[in-house]
Amino acid sequence: METLERILIEHPFFEGMKREHLELLVGCASNIRFDAGQFILREGEEANHFYLIRHGQVALETFAPERGPITIGTLGEGDVLGWSWIVAPNRWTLDARAIQLTRAIAMDGKCLREKSESDHDLGYALLKRFTQVMVNRLFATRLQLLNVYESH
Amino acid sequence: MQEQALHKSDLVALEAEHLQRLFDLLIKRGYRVMGPSVRDGAIVYDELSSSADLPAGWTDVQDGGSYRLKKREDQALFGYAVGPHSWKKFLHRPAVRLWQAERSSGQVKVQEEKFETPKLAFIGVRACELNAIRIQDKVFLGGSYADPLYQAARQNSFIVAVNCGQAGGTCFCVSMNAGPKANSGFDLALTEVLEDTKHYFLVEAGTELGGQFLAELPHRAAAEAEKAAGDAVVAKAAAQMGRRMDTADIKDLLYRNYEHPRWDQVASRCLTCANCTMVCPTCFCTSVEDVTDLKGEHAERWRTWDSCFTMDFSYIHGGSVRTTPRARYRQWMTHKLATWIDQFGSSGCVGCGRCITWCPVGIDITEEVHAIRHSEAAATKKGDSHGNT
Amino acid sequence: MSTNLTEVPSIVPPSLDPMLPRPYRVQQLRQETSDTFTLELEPESGKSDFSFTPGQFNMLYAFGVGEVPISISGDPGKPATLVHTTREVGMVTRAMRELKPSDWLGVRGPFGAGWPVTDARGADVVIVAGGIGLAPLRPALYQLLAARKYYGKLVLLYGTRTPADILFRRELHQWHARFDLEVHVTVDRAMGNWRGNVGVVTTLIARAPFDPHSTVAMVCGPEVMMRFTAQELERRGVAVDNIYLSMERNMKCAVGFCGHCQFGPSFICKDGPVFRYDRIQPLLAVREI
Repeated sequence: METLERILIEHPFFEGMKREHLELLVGCASNIRFDAGQFILREGEEANHFYLIRHGQVALETFAPERGPITIGTLGEGDVLGWSWIVAPNRWTLDARAIQLTRAIAMDGKCLREKSESDHDLGYALLKRFTQVMVNRLFATRLQLLNVYESH
Repeated sequence: MQEQALHKSDLVALEAEHLQRLFDLLIKRGYRVMGPSVRDGAIVYDELSSSADLPAGWTDVQDGGSYRLKKREDQALFGYAVGPHSWKKFLHRPAVRLWQAERSSGQVKVQEEKFETPKLAFIGVRACELNAIRIQDKVFLGGSYADPLYQAARQNSFIVAVNCGQAGGTCFCVSMNAGPKANSGFDLALTEVLEDTKHYFLVEAGTELGGQFLAELPHRAAAEAEKAAGDAVVAKAAAQMGRRMDTADIKDLLYRNYEHPRWDQVASRCLTCANCTMVCPTCFCTSVEDVTDLKGEHAERWRTWDSCFTMDFSYIHGGSVRTTPRARYRQWMTHKLATWIDQFGSSGCVGCGRCITWCPVGIDITEEVHAIRHSEAAATKKGDSHGNT
Repeated sequence: MSTNLTEVPSIVPPSLDPMLPRPYRVQQLRQETSDTFTLELEPESGKSDFSFTPGQFNMLYAFGVGEVPISISGDPGKPATLVHTTREVGMVTRAMRELKPSDWLGVRGPFGAGWPVTDARGADVVIVAGGIGLAPLRPALYQLLAARKYYGKLVLLYGTRTPADILFRRELHQWHARFDLEVHVTVDRAMGNWRGNVGVVTTLIARAPFDPHSTVAMVCGPEVMMRFTAQELERRGVAVDNIYLSMERNMKCAVGFCGHCQFGPSFICKDGPVFRYDRIQPLLAVREI
C-alpha cells in the first residue's frame, strides 16, 4: 500500500486535501488493470467506483442500433474517469472501454459516498474536484458540438 | 500640423481680376486646371477652362443631412466651404485598371498598365483638404509599399490652396487641428479679401515651383493693412466653426467602448448607404475586381472605391465578419478617429464636415463622440448582465 | 520637378508593382481530403528566386476568375517548388481545383509576418493545428526539424473533424515515428475503426509533454478553436507573449492599401497574419470586430 499512498498523496487531483481524508482515500484505493478492448464500466450499471488513469487510453462510448458503437470522447494518462458515483442516481450514463492496455487506480466510490454523508468536509472536498472535471468535460463537449471545421 | 519652412516667400497681393493670369500660366505650362464649379445644385470639383468657371457669388448652407447653394451679396470667388467632392477623385482615382492579360493556347501574358497621369492643377484646396492629402500620402507612400499611381499623380499635381474666409455649417477643422489656415503642402496659397471696392488675394508661395509661378503673375508687395485683413479673414472662419469635437484621449476612449450602447443607437439610424465614405477626403478603401471577356481569353483587374459599410467588405468563407450595421458603423468611426492613429500616426479626420452634411439621416460624428464620452460612466455603471453558461 | 509632397519617397519601378501577378505553372495537383487539395507550382521562367518565411501567404490568381490569399504550405528550405494547400470554399478555389499540370497560375507575394521560428530557439515548441490550420504550420515544422538541435521538446497537436479529414497523413506517420517529435492527433467525431483520440484538440494540451514556462506555442485553425486553444495554453502556464495565432480576414490587395483586412488597428496582410496572442487578446473577445 505504500506505493499507492505516495501516488495518491502526490496526485494533482487530490492536492490540498486534508491528511485524514487522504488516509481514507488510500484505504479506498486499489491498483487495477484493463486489457485492450475490455469494458471498464457499462451504461446503466450501478456506479460505485471512479478511476485515476495512470497509463493507457479509454474510450467513452454509446451505442445506437443503426450506427453501432460511437466514441464520444477518449481519456488518457492523468484523466479522471467517472463522476456518476457521486451524482444521483449513481448509474453510469455511458460505456467506458479500454482501447489499449490501461492501468488505473480504482477508488471505492460507494465507500466514499457513504463516508461523505457524515463527513461533509470530505464530501465538499470531493465534490469541488469533481465539478471541475465535469465543467471541463462539458466545455470540451460544447466545442465539439460547434463543428468548427465544417464549411458553412 | 508641422510648420513647413519650405521656400516661404513674402506675402504679396494679386488683384482678383488677375487671377485669370494664373489659369493662363498653368494651361500654358501643360496643366489641366481642376477646381470648384457649380453643377447639379452643388459646388463640385471639375475641369475649369477659366476663372469665369469659378462659383463667383455663391455660398453653401450646410447642416446634418442638408446642403443648399445660396447667392451671396458679393462676388467672392471662394465664399463657400467644401462640397461632396474631394481631391481624392484625382489622386486616388475611383476606378483604375491595374493590368490586362491575354491567354491563348495555354500562354498567358500579363500586360502592365501605362498609367496616364496628366499634370493637374488644383485650385481652391482648403486647409482641411491639404491635411487630408497629407494623410493619404502617409497611407499610400509612407509604408513598405508605395502606390505607383498615387505617387505619379501626386508628383504631377500643382496645388493652389485657399484659406477659408467662411466656415461651413458642419465644419470643425479647428477641433482637428487641420485648419482653417493652410500652413504647408501647397505650391501657392491664396487668401481672398473683399472690402468695399477692393477685391484682391494675398498670395504666398510654399514651394520653389510655386515661387516660379508667382514671379510671372502681376503682383505687388502686400501692405501691412492688407496682411491684417488677410489674418482677419482666417480668424473669422476659425470663430465660425459649425461643430466641435473634443479629441482629448479619443483613441483610448473609443478603444474602451467597443460595447457602448450608443453604437446600437446610431445603428438604428444608419442606412449603411456609404455616403460618408464616398465624400470623406481620407477614406481610402478599395476593392479589386477581376473581369474577363466571354471567351475567357482577355482578363483585366480593376481597382475601385469600396466602403466598409457594405456587407461584402468583410466577407470570408462562410459569411461576413461584420454583419450588423452596428458593427460596420463602429468600424468606420473607430477607424477614422482611433485605430488610424495607431496605423498612421495621426487622426484620419480633418473636420471637413462632409460626412455630417451628406448623411441622409444627418448622423453627426462629433455628436457620436460626445455621446459616448459623456455617457461612458453611466454605461459602465449599468454594466452587462453576465449570464451563467 | 518640384513637389508639394511632404515626404519624397523613391519611385517604385513598375516591374516591382506588387499588384502584378507573376507567372507560375502547375506541376501537380494532389487531392488531400474530400474538400482540400495541394498545388505544387514552379515559376514559368524555370528559375526560382522565391523565398518565404513560414506563416507567409501568396495571392493566387486563377485567370479570369479571381484571386485569393492562400498560406504557403511547403518547405522553405526547398524553394524551387511553391506549395499551397487549400480548402475548396468558393469560386476561385473551385477553379483552382480544376487545374491540370502545366496550367498557368498568377502568384503575388510572399506577404505577411510569419511564425517566430528563429526566436523560439532555446525553448520547447508546441504546435496546435485545427483542420486546414495544419497547412500554414507545416513550413514552421519543416524549419524546426531542419534546425532540431536548437529547440527543446517539439510537440504537434492536431485536431480535425473526422479521420477522413486528416491532412498530410503520410507525413504525420513519419513525424509520429520520430523520436525527437511528439505527435498527437484527435478528431471531433470518430468513424469506422478509428482507435485514436476523440475530442477537441484543446483536450490534448493538458497531457502534452512540454514545459509551459519555457515554451513557444504556434496555433492555427478556425478562430474559435484558436481562441479556446490559447486560453487552454494560458491555463497550462504558457505566457501570453509566447503564444502566436494566425488570423484571417477578407483580403483584396495584400499590401495594406485596400483596407479590407483590418482587425482593430492591425492590417492582417502586413502586421499579421501571425500575431502574438497578448497583442490581440482583447480584440478576440469583441464580436464583429
